[in-house]
Amino acid sequence: MNNQRRNVLKTGTGAAVLGALAAAGIIKPGIALAEWNKAAFEAKSMADTLKALGAAQPADSKDVQLTGPDIAENGAVVPVGVTSAIPGTTMMAILIEKNPNALAASFTLPAGTEANVQTRVKMGQTSNVYALVKAGDKFFLATKEIKVTLGGCGG
Amino acid sequence: MATKPMRIRASVKDGVTEVKALVAHEMETGQRKDANGAVIPAWFITEITATHNGKVVLSGELGTAVSKNPYLAFRFKGGAAGDKVAVSWKDNKGESRTDEVAIA
Repeated sequence: MNNQRRNVLKTGTGAAVLGALAAAGIIKPGIALAEWNKAAFEAKSMADTLKALGAAQPADSKDVQLTGPDIAENGAVVPVGVTSAIPGTTMMAILIEKNPNALAASFTLPAGTEANVQTRVKMGQTSNVYALVKAGDKFFLATKEIKVTLGGCGG
Repeated sequence: MATKPMRIRASVKDGVTEVKALVAHEMETGQRKDANGAVIPAWFITEITATHNGKVVLSGELGTAVSKNPYLAFRFKGGAAGDKVAVSWKDNKGESRTDEVAIA
């Protein structure tokens, strides 16, 4: 808990602090449409994104799985899924290391919803994709490299 | 601009409801350029929420890296045939839409 407080203090400006607090679960975000975590989505590097999400040092876990193709022919539509076998999983996020902004999406799971979400993301290039999962006040991480033959962020 | 309806499917099996939603949205990243070299402004869904009979079963925040016409699938415990599952989203231009489907 003290670590998190340090991070919150270091993050600085008001909005960022609120975002970090919400992400860390210290402030419960509104039930319906929570405030979009701008700091996390605009963070460029993995480290900054994790910090904005309040997950400074996530542990690797075999109980978290990231599903997706080994090779994605079309980077504009890459199907990925996150599953977690950790009890009490409340948050799951998908991060793509080499995208302009690492965070693709994050989901909040109320009790009763299974820790199993699938979606589709864009990838600019071959990159490691991370599944970040929050259970209790701990963060866990799983990685998979997805090779992209045709980037999805060009114009 | 009028928003297009989502395609949502919800089915219950052994007490677990599976929801699949396909949202019609451009999800423009703000990194692409048009034919004249002008940057196409970002336009994407920021928040998405699913409810079952009014109770939130999933809420998510999306970034620009989610594909055009986002697809989302998840499962929650409970739900019975005929119950309502609704999905609503809000984008960075302030537009929003809610669509509802009965569990099959």
